[in-house]
Amino acid sequence: MEGAVKGRILGFVVLLIWGMVKLPIETSIAAEQKANHFGGFKLTSNLRQQAGQAGFLATLGGLRAAVADLLWIRAHVAWQSTQYGKMKLLFDVCTALQPRRGMYWDNAAWHMAWNASVYAANDVEHVPEPIERRRNQENYFKLGEDYALRGIENNPDNWELYLRLGLIYKDKFKDLTKAALAYEEAAKRPGRLDYVRREACYLIADIPGREEEAYKKLRELYDTGENEWLPTLLKKIQLLERKLKIPQTQRVYIPARDRLQPD
Amino acid sequence: MIVFALILIGMSLFLVTISFQGQLQTLMDVSLGAMSVFSMFLAVLGTAMLLPKDMEDRTLYTILAKPVARFEYLLGKLCGVAAMLFVAMVLMTAFFSAILGFWQNQEMNRIALDYPVENMAQVEAAGKAEPGSTEKLSQQRDLEMTKLKAATFTPTLFGGIGIILLRAVVIAGLTMMVSAFSTSWLFTVIVTFMVVLVGFLVPVARDVWQAQAGIAGDLPGYLKLFLIAVTVFCPDMQIFNVVDDIAAGSVVTSQMFLQTTGLGLGYLAVYVFVGYLFFAWREL
Repeated sequence: MEGAVKGRILGFVVLLIWGMVKLPIETSIAAEQKANHFGGFKLTSNLRQQAGQAGFLATLGGLRAAVADLLWIRAHVAWQSTQYGKMKLLFDVCTALQPRRGMYWDNAAWHMAWNASVYAANDVEHVPEPIERRRNQENYFKLGEDYALRGIENNPDNWELYLRLGLIYKDKFKDLTKAALAYEEAAKRPGRLDYVRREACYLIADIPGREEEAYKKLRELYDTGENEWLPTLLKKIQLLERKLKIPQTQRVYIPARDRLQPD
Repeated sequence: MIVFALILIGMSLFLVTISFQGQLQTLMDVSLGAMSVFSMFLAVLGTAMLLPKDMEDRTLYTILAKPVARFEYLLGKLCGVAAMLFVAMVLMTAFFSAILGFWQNQEMNRIALDYPVENMAQVEAAGKAEPGSTEKLSQQRDLEMTKLKAATFTPTLFGGIGIILLRAVVIAGLTMMVSAFSTSWLFTVIVTFMVVLVGFLVPVARDVWQAQAGIAGDLPGYLKLFLIAVTVFCPDMQIFNVVDDIAAGSVVTSQMFLQTTGLGLGYLAVYVFVGYLFFAWREL
């Protein structure tokens, strides 16, 4: 009996020493994982409500991504019955569980800024006051912007999220300065499609007061080669050349079919 | 249990048909989740029964009557469990790979239909499309296919599965240690699951008590002591929980992989040694 107690005490001491030794190692590995965007998920009280007790435990036991997938499907079921409030709660849980999945942030931003906002603008039955409907619509724009911004915070290399943010600023807030900035950031990210860089330049060309900067950027685009000589680029260059009164000799060559009518 | 895991992995094929976006991601999430959870259950339930069963059958006394040290006996049992976990993991990985390969193939066919390069070549040859259209379309198709391949079979994915196996073996070691002093297998199972569950919350406990300002400053002393005890005595299970992030596209660096493996082996060595200390003087 004495031996058994001795063994237990010794075992406890070894566990204690190991606990002290492993603590800085675990802290260092956890920090390294955090730096590589691992384990950035958050366990929220909303998760407990939306996923239930079993779902909450499942997220702890290694089924975090699968629970997020199921809640994602549930969010789209809510969309089919136009329950946008419920959808938002479910999106919050999905993005909290899998913050590294850009698709969740991107789609959540799109649903809020486009689908939910349009629904709010047309919801005459529940909100008869036009001003209130307009305010609700703008709130959904802001929610879309918030998802895109938080998505970027968690996925700084995701060009599609910058693009989504740019689209929200361009189409919803009509803020071309912010939209151009977002597009320019998207254009710097790996894997982005060619049109993103082009669109950033086009947007700057439409901002009053930034004509010279826009002309410089459009010329750079033009100089990259014939692949970039698209009708929109050629039209914008011509308009800016007229506006900036660029001498005829310094203007770019425009093929006859793309030439604008003289003023 | 392996059959359940295989059924769940197979079921993921059904699930992808009802998911709205990222079908391939859903398949990977469900399959990797099933492997993660079932390997954990397998490790605990498979190990918890070993010692009580040997004692009940009196096999233990026959073995220990021979020149076999108690440490060797424990190590042998753990090696057996580790081998079983390895085989189970290989089976699940093979089945998962087959399903992922099948779905990847389906997606490849879809991409080929979305980018009809051969048709475009004919149109271009007839002079009805701009020169270079076929090449452009072919480049886009290749880009899509490369993106698809990069999201499925990657070295990181199999590294992640390796970490699931490592975690299962660590949990088996923990179960063995608890089993070395417990008198009932049910007690072993409950205690081990509790420790594992708390282990998943260790980072939260550590962050709270290590924080110099804010909430930690307001914590009562006994609560701080409790959090320290949790951090010191429970393994940090979140460190081994990388597979969800891998499925979302995060990459495990070789340094991270080596550090995690080293930590896992450290846990294993300590649990086997402490298990031996508990078992060495135990009256049988």
